[in-house]
Amino acid sequence: MLLIEDLQVELGGKVLLKNIHLEIRPGETHILFGPNGSGKTSLLMTIMGYPQYAVKGGRIVFNGHDITHARIDERAKMGIGMSYQRPPTISGVKTRQMIDICAKKRGDVAALARSMNFEDFLERDVNAGFSGGEIKRSELLQLMAQNPDLLLFDEPESGVDMENMALIGGTIAQILQKTPVKDKTKSIAEQRRERTKMGLIITHTGYILDYVPADKGQVLYAGSLSCSGNPREVFDCIGKFGYEECIKCAAQMS
Amino acid sequence: MRGSDELKEKAMRALQKPALFGEDVNLGEFDRSFVPHAYMAQEEICRLPEKEQERLIMSGLDVTGKERDGTYFQKDTAVVHCSSLHEGIQVMPIREALERHRWVEEYYWKLVPVDQDKYTASAYLELHDGYVIRALPGSKSVYPIQACLYIDKENLQQNVHNLIIAEEGSELHVIAGCATSPRLQRGIHVGISEFFVKKGARLSFTMIHNWAEEMAVRPRSVAHVEEDGLFVNNYICLKPVRSIQMYPTTHLLGDRATAMFYSVIVGSPGSNFDIGGRIHLLRPGARAEIIQRSISNGGHIVNRGHLIGKAPEIKAHLECKGLLLKGGVIDSIPQLEGHVEGVDMSHEAAVGKVSQEEIYYLMSRGLSESEATSTIVRGFLNVDIKGLPPELKAEIDRAVAASDQDAL
Repeated sequence: MLLIEDLQVELGGKVLLKNIHLEIRPGETHILFGPNGSGKTSLLMTIMGYPQYAVKGGRIVFNGHDITHARIDERAKMGIGMSYQRPPTISGVKTRQMIDICAKKRGDVAALARSMNFEDFLERDVNAGFSGGEIKRSELLQLMAQNPDLLLFDEPESGVDMENMALIGGTIAQILQKTPVKDKTKSIAEQRRERTKMGLIITHTGYILDYVPADKGQVLYAGSLSCSGNPREVFDCIGKFGYEECIKCAAQMS
Repeated sequence: MRGSDELKEKAMRALQKPALFGEDVNLGEFDRSFVPHAYMAQEEICRLPEKEQERLIMSGLDVTGKERDGTYFQKDTAVVHCSSLHEGIQVMPIREALERHRWVEEYYWKLVPVDQDKYTASAYLELHDGYVIRALPGSKSVYPIQACLYIDKENLQQNVHNLIIAEEGSELHVIAGCATSPRLQRGIHVGISEFFVKKGARLSFTMIHNWAEEMAVRPRSVAHVEEDGLFVNNYICLKPVRSIQMYPTTHLLGDRATAMFYSVIVGSPGSNFDIGGRIHLLRPGARAEIIQRSISNGGHIVNRGHLIGKAPEIKAHLECKGLLLKGGVIDSIPQLEGHVEGVDMSHEAAVGKVSQEEIYYLMSRGLSESEATSTIVRGFLNVDIKGLPPELKAEIDRAVAASDQDAL
């Protein structure tokens, strides 16, 4: 379980996030909405442990461990993984090598790459000249190899064409254990109960909702979580009234 | 012809002439007298003391010779092994070649000016030996030819002269390893190399240096590339050395001739590198690429690159990247010179540190900070060199991998 209590975060002395409360239970996937600059990416980077995001108050607890001040690699080893919106290019480091690093030499990289239609990119420098959709597929492959319990997705649909959206959306649903299968030994209800994966997905367009049955939607507005509810309902509401209405809700909540 | 009065006179006049770049080495301090060593069969090379073999292997030498089409091995001033296993490729000591074959004279001192500086002059006047490697027309090497220049004698000035000739339509790959014995401290290596890449030929020349901390090194090399010819020139030096200065130059004389220079250098404290690369693009369709990667751990590295475009429809690019890991200086000096309309020339230079964003990205995939840094540095050194057979590519990767510990 991911538990965030009364989190306050600063970047370069400026308050980015305040009064953040968030609880994601095993099997749950939450959607994070919010206008540009509201702090969505900052929240993901803080959970991942980027040290420039200074935690000034509150705490982050993951699977019973207080990770508020843990290093990025410690969090990765504990089972937190992230799909970046704009990951850096590392020249001379091949995509295959990145996937190997994530997989710690277990698993079949070639088979994984085949499943994402990404074999032709394995020998290329990671992210070098990749299109939006290629970056997303590369990020997903790395996450699949890493197999974390908590998966953070920063706008998985940005720059992705319609054809690849289905592949990416479907894959995310699958790794978040949102696609139960017919199984002789286990009922669907049992499969649901035994889910361990947790997801937190940032979206602008809401396309991801067509593929991933999410449990909860929240709006991050001016550094605070201002709305919480059925993700589809929250998204439709934003579509109808815009984020301006969030100001009212935020005022009421505080 | 070796006694040619004109060359001799020019050389004599240049004996005190310093080089344009680099520390001026006083050659009077070094011993140039011949050092006798017995000839060895290939099997005997495998029986050399382990520490010596290690030095050879680190310089790209396959001591068994199994993965090579031929071997030239010179210890100090003496040729200790010379053989070719490929009937289309000749490998000969240059002194012997000059005596036996008249055609060798057509290449000897034809590209490098004997009076360029005191090093070329000294190499002419007091030549020890060197190799002639020639791929006959249309021949194709399966494995690379290896040439090793080894220094065992303290305070030696080793003067060598090499001719590398790829005849029309041939394909030739050469690994030239230079190394010193594990206990050697001081010496100087002067190496003249003249390359001839004929019509449609492909030549790759990979030089791996493995010197000692008090060594000075002054290679002097010039190449001519004819129509549709390809010349790939790689240089790798990851070990400490006091001073290396070189400015290899290539003239692309034929239509669509191509030259590619790649260099990977690690400069440790006390090491001084002044590494240039100059390519003249003289005919339409000529292509040139210079890629330089250097890491300084406290050494002083100057990277010079000079592209000269003198014909339309040429394309030339220079990329020079430096990483400062533990102090030192990286001085990057790229130069582009376009003489006619229709040239397409560019350069890209950057000197910096390992990117924090890249380190964090790798850490979020589970690597520790030091593992992430070493992965990035290894990637930085991993230049994709085009036009090499896989065996040679593997050899270069191995040399880089074996030395990345030192880089960190």
